[in-house]
Amino acid sequence: MLHFDLRKKEDADHVDWRAMLETKRETVQHETLQAFYQQGWVSPDTSVSQVSFVALDFETTGLDSQQDAIVSIGLVPFTLNRIRCQHAQHWIVNPNRPLAESSIVIHGITHSDIVNAPDFSHVIEPLLSALAGSVVVVHYRRIEREFLDRAFKQRLGEGIIFPMVDTMELEARKHRSGKRSFMDWIARRPPESIRLADSRHRYHLPFYQSHHALTDAMATAELLQAQIAHDFSPDTPISELWR
Amino acid sequence: MEAEQIEIATFLAQYAPFDAMPEEVVAEVATSIEISYYRAGTDIFAYGDEIHDLAILRSGAVELFRRNGTLYNRISEGDIFGQMGLLMNNRVRMPAKAIEDTLIYFIPEAMFNRLFDDFEHFADFVEVEDRTRLRQAVSSHNEANDLTTSKVKKLIIRDPVMISSTDSVQHAAQVMSQETVSSILVMGDEPDPDTGFKPVLGIITDRDLRNRVLAEGLPYETPVQEIMSPQLITLDHNAYIFEAMLTILRSNLHHVPVLQHGKPIGVVALSDIARYESQNSLFLVASIFRQQSVDDLVILSQQVKDCFVRMVNEDANSHMIGSALSVIGRSFKQRLLELAEEELGEPPVPYCFLAMGSMARDEQLIVTDQDNAIILDDSYEHSEHNAYFEALSKRVSDGLNACGYTYCTGNIMATNPEWRKTLKEWEQCFADWIDNPSPRSLLDSNIFFDLDGVHGRTNWAEQLKAFIGRRARRNNRFLAAMARNALNRTPPLGFFKDFVMEQDGRHNNSINLKRRGTAPLADLIRVHSLAIDSRSQNSFERLDDIIESGILPKGRGPDLRDAMEFISMVRIRHQALDIEAGREPDNNIEPENLSDFERRNLKDAFQILSNAQKFLKFRYQPNRS
Repeated sequence: MLHFDLRKKEDADHVDWRAMLETKRETVQHETLQAFYQQGWVSPDTSVSQVSFVALDFETTGLDSQQDAIVSIGLVPFTLNRIRCQHAQHWIVNPNRPLAESSIVIHGITHSDIVNAPDFSHVIEPLLSALAGSVVVVHYRRIEREFLDRAFKQRLGEGIIFPMVDTMELEARKHRSGKRSFMDWIARRPPESIRLADSRHRYHLPFYQSHHALTDAMATAELLQAQIAHDFSPDTPISELWR
Repeated sequence: MEAEQIEIATFLAQYAPFDAMPEEVVAEVATSIEISYYRAGTDIFAYGDEIHDLAILRSGAVELFRRNGTLYNRISEGDIFGQMGLLMNNRVRMPAKAIEDTLIYFIPEAMFNRLFDDFEHFADFVEVEDRTRLRQAVSSHNEANDLTTSKVKKLIIRDPVMISSTDSVQHAAQVMSQETVSSILVMGDEPDPDTGFKPVLGIITDRDLRNRVLAEGLPYETPVQEIMSPQLITLDHNAYIFEAMLTILRSNLHHVPVLQHGKPIGVVALSDIARYESQNSLFLVASIFRQQSVDDLVILSQQVKDCFVRMVNEDANSHMIGSALSVIGRSFKQRLLELAEEELGEPPVPYCFLAMGSMARDEQLIVTDQDNAIILDDSYEHSEHNAYFEALSKRVSDGLNACGYTYCTGNIMATNPEWRKTLKEWEQCFADWIDNPSPRSLLDSNIFFDLDGVHGRTNWAEQLKAFIGRRARRNNRFLAAMARNALNRTPPLGFFKDFVMEQDGRHNNSINLKRRGTAPLADLIRVHSLAIDSRSQNSFERLDDIIESGILPKGRGPDLRDAMEFISMVRIRHQALDIEAGREPDNNIEPENLSDFERRNLKDAFQILSNAQKFLKFRYQPNRS
């Protein structure tokens, strides 16, 4: 993922997801989206131990959702107790634009990989059915949210939005809340990194080679399990985590 | 679609047993995996929980515990755990706790079973791995306790807590909570004339206090005698843990008193035993009692050889192997008798089925025939009851034969009416042998001097043994006759140049290690043990008693033990090799197949036997007083 300097303050205002989803359900036009919004959502006060999650990760051609596109999608369903690799899915999709050399180096997906890959429109159905009924978990929500919304707008003429748990934001809440101390400033101590690999390291999770959408999704799922084990409880309502 | 979990597959491929598997299988295993994170200090598995996955430690550290809470093992990255529970009955046998933040990969049961079926080395790995560790654990325990940890007396950690039968239930409860025990023995006040000790009348457990006192609203002053379980089931301190386990499971008791020479020395609980289970032979023994027909038993008996070979490969010593196989053999007998009784109906008079020879000595090996007999109740009437016991014996004997315990060539079997006698007749018979011995008369009956009750009124076997002990001890004529018999079979010692071969035509270039080694050793040890009235039956245990009694010159006892162990182990290994090579195992070894080391040590062992026979001849000369 290529997006570490892109944190914005989009999260400052809490969204009323119950109302938002209700509105979406009533207003979306495209039948695929209608079906998606009508499947119902877990209630905000559900405890995390009762929630089905699905970790999601995209590799993209670049960082700008207006110009760049999705190259691969990885997702892994999980619960607080088990991450189920057996039901993991991975797609490579054709971004319909040339791949920058720099992004190939990062995600390892090459021209020849995408030549025969389907367009994103072909994975909409299976993707939505994998997400249906689950709470989506990502590391750095902006990328997945913006690229997904944009990809849907392009194919269906309508965007998509739903609550997501962002493991990076959960790290930021812990390590970036408040101002850096004077001593940190004097000592030129860098702020704690909230990148996926560094965050994982703090929970003693093993090092995984990143930038494979499936591996990153799995890594994100493990990170959320660890974060809940350390900083929350199985009874924490999901509304405390999702944004 | 590219769905392989690269990270997981790469990780798995670094560690046994996955490192030896085809790449595509490892990739498939990787996709089946489930993952879970455990914060330091949290439990991963609790004892007795259901378990449906094999766990692989991906990162962090995990400790495994024995059921009693002691640390069993600390494992690290790449190690697997949980397989014992998966292999047994989907119950966690070793609680596991994360001692660091830990990530676990789980292989679901279905995939585990597939790997187990398809890949022999996987099956070996998950089975052997645990056993290797178990063995390490047992052997480190053994260092302090020598080789007999499998005896129930080793489980006893404290003296028994006892009260008098006239004490009140409140007093019992007070003593129990003071001593923090969950059971207490109720003792009679008058010493037993036989043992000189006060007898155990019964037992009271926590549960009895709840169910029989509190729930019933009995007054605190109620004498314990009124609410105790009259406890007739006890274990001898020499009983094996297998037997303790069986006794506890089959009689649905949770606490069994252990007696040494009639005196209680402790109480063994089911939980004490769980940690000592030796999984294989125990597994087999438990299955024996689940079989519903002779045919089922015959099928199951195929596993006896595997069990034997595994024990040999695990470096079990001859004593452990001999006792495990004896327990297995005894269990076959017991189950056959139960099945026969189901078919023939209740026995018309009580009886005790006896095992004789190697089974009674806990020295049974894989090539063995059946030696058995019956003690009948004194109310036995031949004309009325004979048919029943004839039929019963025949069923057992035929069943044993079908299960691989061949008919006794000397016809020492319960099917022979001569070896079905009432207790009185048996005592008369032994009295005769002992009082009017001739080497001739004892030659065939030698085998009766190792006997053990396996079913029915087994205490009669104890009575008979006590009778024999009292009668035989210091009876010089009898001991001399026994000694003479013990000298009949000589070690193959023409061999300052080389071994002397058997001349029976069939194994011309071989030595029968049983006939020329272990049997004469067992014989001579028996003579000494009769002389000192040792009640032990196992040759090694008899030797302990003999050494203690001081009748042997210094150093000879330990030498005999080494000789017995060495010859037995050569014989055992030889049989295991035969089985593994698909040959019919026997007792004959070809010296050219021995290593120099074995050859040299065998010669030493035979020399020790020969010297011991000379001493025996000298010690029990008929005209010595």
